Amino acid sequence: MSSPAVAALPADPFRRSPWPRVAMVALVIYVIYACAQLEVSWARVEIGLENAGRFFARLFPPNFSRWELLVKGLQESLQIAVLASTLGIVLALPIGLCAARNLMPSWATWPARFIIVSARSFHPVIVAILFVKAVGFGALAGILALTLASIGFIGKLFTEAIEEISDKEVEAIRATGASFASVLAFGVLPQVFSRFIGFATYQLDSNLRNSTMVGIVGAGGVGGTLFAAFQRFDYDYVCAILISIITLIMIGEVLATGVRAIFIGNATLSDVFRRGGAHRREMHLEDD
Amino acid sequence: MAGAATPAAAAAQPPVAERIWRRFSPAQRLARFSVYLVIVAAIAASVQSVEVIPEFLADAPEQVVDLLTRMWPADWAHYPDTVHDALIETLHIATLGTLLSLVLAMPVGILAAHNLVPSTPVNLIAKLILVSSRSVNSLVWALLFVGIFGPGALAGTLAIAFRSIGFVGKLFGEALEEAQRGPIEALTAAGAPWMSRMTYGYWPQVSPAFWSIALFRWDINVRESAVLGLVGAGGIGMVLDSALNLFQWPRVAVVLIAIFAVVVVAEVVVTQVRRRVI
Repeated sequence: MSSPAVAALPADPFRRSPWPRVAMVALVIYVIYACAQLEVSWARVEIGLENAGRFFARLFPPNFSRWELLVKGLQESLQIAVLASTLGIVLALPIGLCAARNLMPSWATWPARFIIVSARSFHPVIVAILFVKAVGFGALAGILALTLASIGFIGKLFTEAIEEISDKEVEAIRATGASFASVLAFGVLPQVFSRFIGFATYQLDSNLRNSTMVGIVGAGGVGGTLFAAFQRFDYDYVCAILISIITLIMIGEVLATGVRAIFIGNATLSDVFRRGGAHRREMHLEDD
Repeated sequence: MAGAATPAAAAAQPPVAERIWRRFSPAQRLARFSVYLVIVAAIAASVQSVEVIPEFLADAPEQVVDLLTRMWPADWAHYPDTVHDALIETLHIATLGTLLSLVLAMPVGILAAHNLVPSTPVNLIAKLILVSSRSVNSLVWALLFVGIFGPGALAGTLAIAFRSIGFVGKLFGEALEEAQRGPIEALTAAGAPWMSRMTYGYWPQVSPAFWSIALFRWDINVRESAVLGLVGAGGIGMVLDSALNLFQWPRVAVVLIAIFAVVVVAEVVVTQVRRRVI
């Protein structure tokens, strides 16, 4: 007596779809084709590896003798990061609020969404080039470029956070006859505050990384020093600059973790110092 | 919380109506207050010492408008002869760089996952590799590889790959650590060797995460590879750089529009693929 369920089984129940295999073959063909297009070959890699030895030998030991210039650049990078994050957050909050579909009518969401998308579409370095041409060399161009990047990033995430809030609190506050401002202050903001802290600290982190780079196109900060040292083949100084940038970024990351622990994890200062910020960070939503 | 008190202390407290309820303990409030204080101090210090020329700031809107009028109309004839090839090269750099980073990041991600490699020193070394890959900006990676391999797309591809290792490896390692123990234990009990545990136990659990990380990173890399040319690492950035240096604004406009279009297309592709396949 055979059961109908057994009879209905296909000949090979563990048969897999052929498509992943086809995709793999296509991928391999593409890699070969693209390598040919880019003129990437093993010979070039081999020559490069020879160069790499000499290159790394010249990087070490790092040369900190011109540390005054280095500190000045790092300071300017920090200023750019702080000001751009502040301006960006201050401007992004109203724009992000206007873009939230559950609170605003469509005539408000569309322009706000357009601003956010266009602020996000270009790499900060490209925006920095344009601002350098518009407002001249220096920190101002860097601040403006990173402000725009922050508006795009924070605006997008803030909008998404607001759109995901629960309606119950908002309705409860509305039912008491509260004004729109009160609904925002007591119904919406408490629900998004912890996420807001998360991406604000993240943006500060990201602005710090980018502020060390915009100098490559003349927008202020330590990047200009780095690029100049590279072009003069001052590799030991390059190494010193890179070490200090990485140190600065890591300090920034530790501080950001501490701030998240205080605001999201309700930690006290002694908790933060003891645990060194065991609070887990959010998944990276954008490039870091 | 300040409201949670021991029964002995509660007896000594005033009646409920007269108690002051606070959400945070004094220590928590102190922590929050000190963060605010540091933020305000940092902003004040930056505003005071940053070297911004006020006239330039006041002039900025006018200058931006002037720049835009010089860009328009865009020089469309420039697209077929130079921009198109550079754009394709940029896409190749982004795609090859992403693929290479997947290959390089997988072993590092495995070494970073504590449940697969139960040795803390090895985990820490792998995590150090991931952190240093992420801490160095892609432009710096590009500068390094241009120094090693000379200007061109090879340097760009490697820069993209090395920059992405940290991101892909970190997320892949976390996905591995979150994999369920059940299937792995079943395979181990059946005497499966390490490789089989990987391919039949872990891989089916983490492959959706893996492919979505790859797609996500590809999207980011398309944006990033557009600027690598500024330091000589190939792609559309080189065309942009030469147009900028010659003040050919209508050409700059074409390049920017091309980058914008590619970025938007990449985002749409990623969204669609993620919805249909993963």
